[in-house]
Amino acid sequence: MITKLFGSVREYKLPSLLAPAFVVGEVIIEVIVPILMANLIDFGITKGDLSYIYRLSVLIIVLCLMSLALGALAGKYAAKAAAGFAKNLRQDMYYKVQKYSFSNIDRFSTSSLVTRLTTDVTNVQNAYMMIVRTAFRSPAMIIFSMVMAFRINAKVALVFLAMIPILAAGFLLIFSKAHPIFQKVFKTYDKLNNIVGENLHGIRVVKAFVREDHEDEKFKNVSGQMYDLFVKAEKLVIMNMPLMQAVIYASMLLMSWISSKYIVASHNDPALGMTTGQFTSMFTYLMQMMMNLMMLSMIFMMIVISRSSVERIIEVIEEVPDLANKEDPVMQVKDGSVRFEGVSFSYNGSDKYCLSDVDLDISSGQTVGIIGGTGSSKSTIVQLIPRLYDATKGRVLVGGVDVRDYDIETLRNEVAMVLQKNVLFSGTIKENLRWGDENATDEDIKRVCRLAQADSFIEKFPDKYDTYIEQGGTNVSGGQKQRICIARALLKKPKILILDDSTSAVDTHTDAMIRKAFAEEIPNTTKFIIAQRISSVQDADKIIVLDGGRINAVGTHDELMKTNDIYREVYTSQAKGGSEDE
Amino acid sequence: MSKNKNTAVSEKKEPRASKKMSVKPEMPAMPKADRKTIKRLLSYITDNYKGRFILVVICIVLSSVVNVVGSMFLRVLIDSYIMPLVRADQPNFTPLLRAVLMMGGIYLIGILAGYLYNRIMIIISQGVLKRIRDDMFEHMQTLPIRYFDTHTHGDVMSYYTNDTDTLRQMISQSIPNMINSIITIVAVFAAMVYTSWYLTIIVLLFIGLQFFVVKQVGGRSGKYFISQQNSLGKVNGYIEEMITGQKVVKVFCHEQKAQEDFDKLNEELYSASYNANQFANMLMPIMANIGNLQYAVIAIIGAVISVSTGGMLTLGSIVSFLQLSKSFSMPIGQVSQQLNSVIMALAGAERIFSLMDEESEKDDGYVTLVNAKKENGEIVECEEHTGLWAWKHPHEDGTVTYTQLKGDVRLNDVDFGYVPENIVLHNVGLYAQPGQKVAFVGATGAGKTTITNLINRFYDIADGKIRYDGININKIKKADLRRSLGIVLQDTNLFTGTIMDNIRYGKLDATDEECISAAKLANAHSFISRLPDGYDTMIDGTGGSLSQGQRQLLSIARAAVADPPVMILDEATSSIDTRTEALVSQGMDSLMKGRTVFVIAHRLSTVRNSDVIMVLELGRIIERGSHTELIAKHGKYYQLYTGAFELE
Repeated sequence: MITKLFGSVREYKLPSLLAPAFVVGEVIIEVIVPILMANLIDFGITKGDLSYIYRLSVLIIVLCLMSLALGALAGKYAAKAAAGFAKNLRQDMYYKVQKYSFSNIDRFSTSSLVTRLTTDVTNVQNAYMMIVRTAFRSPAMIIFSMVMAFRINAKVALVFLAMIPILAAGFLLIFSKAHPIFQKVFKTYDKLNNIVGENLHGIRVVKAFVREDHEDEKFKNVSGQMYDLFVKAEKLVIMNMPLMQAVIYASMLLMSWISSKYIVASHNDPALGMTTGQFTSMFTYLMQMMMNLMMLSMIFMMIVISRSSVERIIEVIEEVPDLANKEDPVMQVKDGSVRFEGVSFSYNGSDKYCLSDVDLDISSGQTVGIIGGTGSSKSTIVQLIPRLYDATKGRVLVGGVDVRDYDIETLRNEVAMVLQKNVLFSGTIKENLRWGDENATDEDIKRVCRLAQADSFIEKFPDKYDTYIEQGGTNVSGGQKQRICIARALLKKPKILILDDSTSAVDTHTDAMIRKAFAEEIPNTTKFIIAQRISSVQDADKIIVLDGGRINAVGTHDELMKTNDIYREVYTSQAKGGSEDE
Repeated sequence: MSKNKNTAVSEKKEPRASKKMSVKPEMPAMPKADRKTIKRLLSYITDNYKGRFILVVICIVLSSVVNVVGSMFLRVLIDSYIMPLVRADQPNFTPLLRAVLMMGGIYLIGILAGYLYNRIMIIISQGVLKRIRDDMFEHMQTLPIRYFDTHTHGDVMSYYTNDTDTLRQMISQSIPNMINSIITIVAVFAAMVYTSWYLTIIVLLFIGLQFFVVKQVGGRSGKYFISQQNSLGKVNGYIEEMITGQKVVKVFCHEQKAQEDFDKLNEELYSASYNANQFANMLMPIMANIGNLQYAVIAIIGAVISVSTGGMLTLGSIVSFLQLSKSFSMPIGQVSQQLNSVIMALAGAERIFSLMDEESEKDDGYVTLVNAKKENGEIVECEEHTGLWAWKHPHEDGTVTYTQLKGDVRLNDVDFGYVPENIVLHNVGLYAQPGQKVAFVGATGAGKTTITNLINRFYDIADGKIRYDGININKIKKADLRRSLGIVLQDTNLFTGTIMDNIRYGKLDATDEECISAAKLANAHSFISRLPDGYDTMIDGTGGSLSQGQRQLLSIARAAVADPPVMILDEATSSIDTRTEALVSQGMDSLMKGRTVFVIAHRLSTVRNSDVIMVLELGRIIERGSHTELIAKHGKYYQLYTGAFELE
């Protein structure tokens, strides 16, 4: 499973290999130094041999410095490998998310993606660093100790071997029990993130309704769940400590007992069998094994935690984008004509269509108004044009070609859409506008802003086009935000422009100015305008009246006034006030 | 909607800029506040888990005693049992067996003590994490709107996950480990002084060296850990913002650019994380090998002294001192291994405490809102909901007066600026009589939303007075003031949960029937009933399953269920079609009969039937009057709302 992620190591393969290589050097010195130290005492100090002491001490000092250097290098490369691996993982996930279609995005919540890209990656990073640094060291030390023990007395050392399957079985059991709990733990991370995120986005609502306590409660509920799950999981995980200690201590005692018998039998004579000296060394090796097993159990715990994270990362990377370019896609949009042929659509692919049997024919350069009640699928119908979603039934053609045959980027560059729920990003106004065209000159930018009637208010800001927009555009008013969004879309010089209720916060006069500018300056662009105000659509070439996901009528303002009840009703409800005073 | 905060823009840039500064690689030196941070962090343990923590310390002592006994076991076993047995003709193994079994018992105690403290530490560490998260969230709820305006959401979210997570390992592992090590260090040190005080001086010199290294390397690592946590916050913020706006990214085919920007932040995080861990990783080998060096140096010096002074230092004591120095450097090595997580935790804790130290919204209000009823013409406080509210006004002399809540809102000469240098509202005077419907209209950015933000005290006015039923709103407790004002904003902000939950947000103890009738009033009932799960349909905060207009209907229902005495509708129906809107407003009119309503809207149909319409321009009220009066006046209002019809 983890191997799936190894592809993300990429340029950090070398450090990933160098770190354990340096560790090997470190381990070798670590094995030699204690032997030298024992010699220092046995042959140097005890015998008062100063020159031997000097020589050996210098050797030890040199070895220590080497070990220090190797250890530091291993640490450095392990850090590099792990940080780099984490960087690549984040990048791979983020790039993948960029490939997601709207329906993929709908499937993952923002908060979950955020947790996956940060918390989960951090877990994997820590585990990876730990593995690179110690996965080699501990087994090496264990094997080394084991070999030494076997060389002293194979029969006694068998005790060591016997404990390994017991430990392995215990670890495996803990692992399999703890894993599902950790999976739940990270789901609560998503929840926690979601609550904080929604609280931040909706803080005005929270404060306006004085719901701080309620939010607290909601939060505490999730942080409580997190507490419970973590405690449950960690209680299992720490079982590995007593398990390991019990096994080690048991084998220590067993070894003492067996060794004693051997020593007594051999009368402590090396020629006849085991001696107390050998027994002492065996003991030392056993201690060394214990230390390293503890390290292993720590790695083991990190792997348990990170396994759940790994799975979550893989989910993001393996999600298949719903919309993909066809082979040999069409790279050019001929004109701005749009055709709907028997189009039905449902968001989840079920047969409960929110858009049914739509047929439309719009020629290039026309202005199309769309009007309809709340929830009549006005937004849905236009989202099919830039292929934000694919039609469930039927087909949508732009420039005479099925949208599914286009290269997606080509299509979307020609179909500019101002979403109803539009977003400005933190950055200057100019930076936000350049989303439409990265290479736009200042003149281009000013021109589109004049078209969108945004130039005048932007010029009044102290920093003009360099005014900094806060996240979500909280420091500009709703109407200002909408106009910047329209300008941003215009900068693309699209063949089709879609405004999804994009002037709802703009006053009638400005709204009219925008439409006038459109008519004069970009007459060849096909324009779709979704609006609530009749005035926004009444001079359109075609007005579509939607009702419950179906086209109720299509016609010009005058035609619809004569023939369509819904349209007339909407009109009178809005015009009444004005007409009274005329 | 007009928040008219554009003028605040220049000022807001500065804190952001300085925030960016602080993340740069050349971080300011490790602040002295570190000790304070540690103390504050530890107080979380000692304040709440004193008893358990003492138990943990006892268990740790117990398990280190077992360790010491265990290390002596070998010598005792050889000297007192095996050797006699070797010499005996008829070896009797029973005492040996007994000794082994006794040792088994001691080990068992050690295992149990170890398990026990680990287990308690889980409760403590997770409990502290929960408490810190809860405290943080609770405190965050008290922060002023300004804080939320100027902080990236994802960065704030990072406090709760990435920063709090850094504490986990430190509390559950590092603290017990360090206690354990300190106990050993102290014991061994005493033994060393006892054995040879002048060799101890050498040891002290090495300890000095180790401290120096920890300070240098650890300090550097600490700086980078802080910048790692800051970068992580930034990455979190960037991802959160971009994924929230992912659909816009798609529409503009902005993927490439989004990736480039991300790469920059990602690279920054990588280099901070690499540097932080690199230095932290180096600590352990450096410390361990300084320990080894110390061993060699002591051997040389000890031997030289021994040889040159002829027995002032016995061989035995050199050997045992060397043993001691070995057992001395081991726990130091262990401590240094833990330093890694401690340094990281401090970086996280510092950020966490910075959030907790943000100043709360000030509230000096003492006038509260109570349910009331009329007895003999007198207003009396009561428990149950009567539809009648009163302001409870305690006076300095101990008396309490009650004023009936009518919804009389007056603004006198109000000036306001989001920053003091830049006044966006000038001399605003306004008199809303109870039961009136007051509309604010004006071009975008004229200051309409700003006025409502002042009435509910999201922001405080710079000059002038706002009186609510004759009471200065500064005297009213903020929670009660806001409770008396129902607000529906253009940005709907629903929360994850069922539709019913979302409506009930307006009044937590509302029955299902109340919620449904509020939904009917808001004209949301019909579309809700058509959903597969009706009122139990799950929605999420941003979710695409409902249209924008439907979400607005829900947020109107949410406000309606609260049944507030005064209502503020800020572009509340902008995404709702006019036919539905007419039905909604009928419902609202009947609900709000006799109560004050403030309406902000661009749509003529929304404001037309208001009692008073205020026309705002550049933060000043330039016209006021009823629709008919204003139309007759042929002023700005006339231009705004008939302009469209005339233009053609």
